[in-house]
Amino acid sequence: MSQQSRHDGRWIGVPVPRKEDRRMLLGRGRFTADLGRPGLLHAAFVRSPYAHARLTGIDAGAAIDRDGVAGVFTAASLGHPHLLAALERDEFVPTRMPILAWDRVRFVGEPVALVIADDAYLAEDAAEDVEVDWAPQPAVTGIEGARAANAPRLHEEADGNCLVDLLMFDDDRLAGIFAGAALTVDATFSSARVAALPLEGRACLAEWDDRDDQLVMHVSTQVPHQVRSGIAQALGLPERAIRVIAPDVGGGFGLKCVVGREEVAVAAAALRLRRPVCWAEDRQENLTASFHGHEQRYQVRAAFDEEGRILALDAEIECDIGAYSAFPFTCAVEPLMAATELPGVYKVPAYRARGRAITTNKAPTAPYRGVSRPQIVLVMERLMEKAAAALRLDPLEVRRRNLIGPGEFPYTGANRITYDEGSYRESLDLAEKQVAERAWPAERDQLRQAGQRAGIGFACFSERTAYGTPTMSQRRMRMTPGHDTALVRMDPTGEVIVTTGTCGQGQGHETTFAQIVAGRLGLHPDQVRLRQGDTDLASYGWGTWGSRSVVIGGGAAGRAADIVADQLRRVAAALLEASPDDVELAEGAARIRGDAEAAIGIGELARVVHFQAHRVPEDLRSGLEARATYDPPGTFSNACHAAMVVIDPGTGGIQLHRYLVVEDCGVVINPMVVDGQVRGGVTQGAAAALLERVCFDPDGQPVSATLMDYLAPTAAELCPIEIVHLETPSRFSETGAKGMGEGGTIGAPAAVLGAINDALSDTDVRFDHIPVLPQDVSAALKSAALKSAALKSAALSRSRAAR
Amino acid sequence: MKHTHAISLTVNGRRHELAVEARRTLADMLRHDLGYTGTHLGCEHGICGACTVILDGSPVRACLVFGVQADGASVRTVEGLAEGPDGELSDLQQAFSDHHALQCGFCTPGFLMLAEAYLAEEAERGRTLSEERARELVASNLCRCTGYQGIIEAIVATATARARRSGGPVDGGPVGGGPVGGGPVGGGPVGGGASSEPADDR
Repeated sequence: MSQQSRHDGRWIGVPVPRKEDRRMLLGRGRFTADLGRPGLLHAAFVRSPYAHARLTGIDAGAAIDRDGVAGVFTAASLGHPHLLAALERDEFVPTRMPILAWDRVRFVGEPVALVIADDAYLAEDAAEDVEVDWAPQPAVTGIEGARAANAPRLHEEADGNCLVDLLMFDDDRLAGIFAGAALTVDATFSSARVAALPLEGRACLAEWDDRDDQLVMHVSTQVPHQVRSGIAQALGLPERAIRVIAPDVGGGFGLKCVVGREEVAVAAAALRLRRPVCWAEDRQENLTASFHGHEQRYQVRAAFDEEGRILALDAEIECDIGAYSAFPFTCAVEPLMAATELPGVYKVPAYRARGRAITTNKAPTAPYRGVSRPQIVLVMERLMEKAAAALRLDPLEVRRRNLIGPGEFPYTGANRITYDEGSYRESLDLAEKQVAERAWPAERDQLRQAGQRAGIGFACFSERTAYGTPTMSQRRMRMTPGHDTALVRMDPTGEVIVTTGTCGQGQGHETTFAQIVAGRLGLHPDQVRLRQGDTDLASYGWGTWGSRSVVIGGGAAGRAADIVADQLRRVAAALLEASPDDVELAEGAARIRGDAEAAIGIGELARVVHFQAHRVPEDLRSGLEARATYDPPGTFSNACHAAMVVIDPGTGGIQLHRYLVVEDCGVVINPMVVDGQVRGGVTQGAAAALLERVCFDPDGQPVSATLMDYLAPTAAELCPIEIVHLETPSRFSETGAKGMGEGGTIGAPAAVLGAINDALSDTDVRFDHIPVLPQDVSAALKSAALKSAALKSAALSRSRAAR
Repeated sequence: MKHTHAISLTVNGRRHELAVEARRTLADMLRHDLGYTGTHLGCEHGICGACTVILDGSPVRACLVFGVQADGASVRTVEGLAEGPDGELSDLQQAFSDHHALQCGFCTPGFLMLAEAYLAEEAERGRTLSEERARELVASNLCRCTGYQGIIEAIVATATARARRSGGPVDGGPVGGGPVGGGPVGGGPVGGGASSEPADDR
């Protein structure tokens, strides 16, 4: 049987309405904070008001004495539990993250005590009663300060406040290439610290179950199994003694793919009290004391020949990772990703990259959507534009000359990554064509003539997705993620339950996984339900992040469904006295090819297997179910983004005016869901270029602690996002689909920054950082105007003198 | 000791009597005292709008209203939008699904209640909704998943369909109106296709 007909594609590529929608629209979604329990207790954390301080004493007496307080816990009373995330590399400095700080706090918001009370209001009151003796220390609030010779040492183990220092790639030829190059571009790039900001903050509810001898935790998380592992390691429990369940999760974006110390603390409190305890993070805690990401700077040299071809690339990358290494990914996730993947879609013959993680007195970082790729795409796109400007070439033509082109896949780069088939050149060509057809350049010129500043920018990139252990193992993590396992089980009525270790937070997996499985079993997606986010139901899995779920989890589900399909074919063959090879599963029935009469409903097959097992061959009597694992190397989706912005010449305000995405994620399972992911991703990426930044004062006090100060984009800051699809199926994906959950966020900053710089192209102002704020534009234009006035007046006086 | 106040209110047509602390927010009271957990809390300082409910006809942030302020009032929450115990989706709810106006669903009840109140108000004034006005309205609340495009499309489509049903003027709405294709915001249709181009042969 051919591969094609086995993989019945009936539901692939169909915008099946989402199964998730109905309960959400009715207000019947079940988020962690919606769960009630008789006698439920509420937790509130006592947090550090200082960025850096010694802890010399905690007096919880007044809090404990309050009516309705069930307990107050400190590190000492919990036995100093901690989490340790580690790489098995000499260049990595392992540091512990205490669940509650005991001798020292390293950022504002770090928890030092936990108060448990009858209601949430009371818990907050009692938390204010806890008296802590602090001895404030000088704080380190940025990479410069952390690297200074006299900088305070944040972790005793870490020289120079450096937790990772990796020379990932080097090349003896670099000096020679730079010496002989027609053009060398030197530049520095930076991106601000941002917050993932899911609308639902972190939350958990822990309760002890005597019957199962188990702690049951409902957690708003992307990674239920890693939460279980983290709690088990921190509290010294066997993993089976903990069950983690993710109910509906109100967005994650990477914030919830690490284990929060609050989750472990609440688990410990529930264990001690043997009563249910819940905690729901408030927005201030979320903005100041959870995890941030993307605070990076790059010092880059690139050599080009006279035709704009890149010859060599040399990058120093520093990431401000905050106070701790998050479990399980470690603080190396950003510098490793950046140093490994910087060349991206371009053919870079010689490459050197060093990545460092610098610890500071700020909240720790988690792998926020995109992880370093928004930055590296921005760096590469700016290098192309700078080279084009210096060589007086078309910046899109310079990109074209450097892109990995048709016929060059699979391409193995100097970074030792093998890029599978993509449409890098085609997506750029198509984006340029679509932009021309929509008359963006003409509109830009009209706006300019009308006194506005308008500009168009492009970004070419690929997005490595679905990293399995073959790829992840190169990072040498103590906990190496990658594989996932699915169980497909048919019930006696012919309906199916699929169990997966992935764990969505709005990506529509209940629908897309059902589409994958239904097609292979000849069923309708309505007959397939997904069970996710439960460590007792699923085999050990790695959750949902890194654009992995539909490729890895969906691939495993597809493989397991294929086995069940084989079981069904063999049962049908036995009942219809035919060969299994002649049995087709479609439209709810098993049919014999070429015999219109011979058919049997799949529900009937399931009934017979379960209730009349004697009628089927002995080896098929164990039911209709199968388990399969998938662990691919990873696959690259790609895209080209185009953005147009209009800048108010008076205020410097930048308005996103038009946006177009040409996107290739291989086989599209559900186009509606894909477009939704792209639009949401672009929104976050554009906001990182225009609005969002987590700010601190010089003492390390967070000053963007509310949504009045941290500017998440509203509809008013956006424009419609148009999407055009290309389809290059992946050979490294069971379904041909490539991951695509992060691409929007990855491409948008570079495209928007390019548009801003284009809008300023009549001046010598160019920006190499994000976000670009109105005050940046105003100040730059003012100083450019002054400079040009000074030049004019100098020229005037010269010409007068000449007269 | 807790000092409580006895109040009564109507939620989705059902009368409740209860005792609440003066400091308890309407949102917490609805969620935890009365069990209407469809109202979500996203910021508790009045910016994100996830907790928007309709209080005596007007949309309010339930995190910025105390429960005691709702004494004698009529409140409508997301649970009150659908018809019957089986939950037949209202036209607005159905439009949200058709236009992929939700992903994680956490902000969705707030947007639904905001739009429901606004559409009723506009209909009363005999006005219909342009895309531009819908974008301004949607800018009242935060969504972190969708980029708002589907939300705007869903609200405009609902406004247009309601205006057509009541025989009123129709402006700014989609001509075709259907759930897929020809969305009013000019972007790629939700169903994909119209703007798609096939990949090169390879």
